[in-house]
Amino acid sequence: MSARTLSGRAAIAGIGQTEFSKESGRSELQLSVEAVHHALRDCGLTPADVDGLVTFTMDTSSEIAVARELGIPELRFFSRINYGGGAACGTIQQAAMAVATGVADVVVAYRGFNERSGNRFGQFSTAVAQQVNTNGLDNAWTYPFGLGTPAATVAMQARRYMHEYGATSRDFGAVAVADRRHAATNPNAFFHGKPITIEDHQASRMIADPLHLLDCCQESDGAVAIVVVSAERARDLAQKPAFIAAAAQGSGRDQFVMTSYYRDDIGIPEMGVVGRELWRQSGLSPADMPMAILYDHFTPYVLMQLEELGFCGRGEAPGFIADGAIEVGGRLPLNTHGGQLGEAYIHGMNGIAEGVRQIRGTSVNPVAAASSSAVLVTAGTGVPTSGLILQA
Amino acid sequence: MAVRPMINRDSQYFWDGALVGELRIQRCNACGVLRHPPGPACPDCGALDRGHVVASGLGTVFSYVVHRHPPVPGKELPILLALIDLDEGVRMVGEITDLTDTELEIGMRVRVDFTRVDDELAMPIWRRA
Repeated sequence: MSARTLSGRAAIAGIGQTEFSKESGRSELQLSVEAVHHALRDCGLTPADVDGLVTFTMDTSSEIAVARELGIPELRFFSRINYGGGAACGTIQQAAMAVATGVADVVVAYRGFNERSGNRFGQFSTAVAQQVNTNGLDNAWTYPFGLGTPAATVAMQARRYMHEYGATSRDFGAVAVADRRHAATNPNAFFHGKPITIEDHQASRMIADPLHLLDCCQESDGAVAIVVVSAERARDLAQKPAFIAAAAQGSGRDQFVMTSYYRDDIGIPEMGVVGRELWRQSGLSPADMPMAILYDHFTPYVLMQLEELGFCGRGEAPGFIADGAIEVGGRLPLNTHGGQLGEAYIHGMNGIAEGVRQIRGTSVNPVAAASSSAVLVTAGTGVPTSGLILQA
Repeated sequence: MAVRPMINRDSQYFWDGALVGELRIQRCNACGVLRHPPGPACPDCGALDRGHVVASGLGTVFSYVVHRHPPVPGKELPILLALIDLDEGVRMVGEITDLTDTELEIGMRVRVDFTRVDDELAMPIWRRA
């Protein structure tokens, strides 16, 4: 094994989560602490074993606060990743690099929030427009005009995508139908037992044309934690390891947060950066993936991701996903936990947990080949982002 | 109250222009490349000498959104928002007025106007050309 690669040197040993709800009834810090406890118990470790913590820049619970509550004696590594949900897989990359280099031995990545009962990301946030930093300055070109909700910023790209490639609202709706079908059989999903049809999608109210309500993910309360250790150590722990075959971040040319509108192509080339690096690190290709967890805060981005990641050509995603291709039993099942539309919006961290369950063979919607091969997981789209390939 | 733009040294010229009815585009004084949104350096030649030109105020809708939910402080819904390719070659976000949500379309020609908010702020607004 070359010392110059991250591939195969770290693994996800434990996963943990709280219940996913609309009103947790407890603090964001408590949610994260509970999720870390669950993740450590999952793999047979204790807080005393933890020497690294990673979270999102956006998370309201600092690494030291989580360490205090857990009784973690000392931290040798702590880090945060910026850009909203784009951080999700990036936190695992941080953890993997730390354990692969011996900087830390047991690193837990966590994300916890009351994103429905507290600060709702789907609302128009004046605070985001008034940040005293370059993000606040960037937002001067959108927010004062009234363009500020995530749905509206995505809708701008979705409209252009429809115009250029002939995609329709029904194509976007196919993603929602697949997610909700998978959520329907997932007891942890908020929409457990509640599948939808494409007609339900089409009949749902317009939020920001061309996006309907059912193109938009949920707002959720909850937390997820992921334990990362070296590949060697993972083999000795309680669960089947999900080896990290690749972990990548990506930012594109002329990149903005949710409003990369000024490049010729207003798609998501930053996910292309992530994809190329994932395939390079892992030596795998889209054809090797029996399934994927693609970040789905808004349905159009799932189509664009399939193209950027190389599953199909530019503009071909509507055909690629047709006829149930992205549902369990199809050629590339996506978001088998129900995604962030169906299970919960935990900023992509619940998708990583599902990727691990698929490698373990414990998903409620198992994809048979996944537990002997690999699962692709991506993070937030429309922002500088990240991705993982987990391998059995 | 509507959100006010964050303004710093790199963007002051744009908002100063809006107050006097000019739509200004940042220009590199070294190589002449136009740029929006602006910044302190030229990504093309690296120069830090920034200037601006006054745009014709004409552009073409590249994409658009009809914002219906949720509420936006200081705004009535729906809000028509467009990405506008200016004739000078840069792109900017603009609010469209005096059109219904079914009239707006990609390719529509639009012209800038300005709305005075108070003594210190005017906002560009766009109408069908």
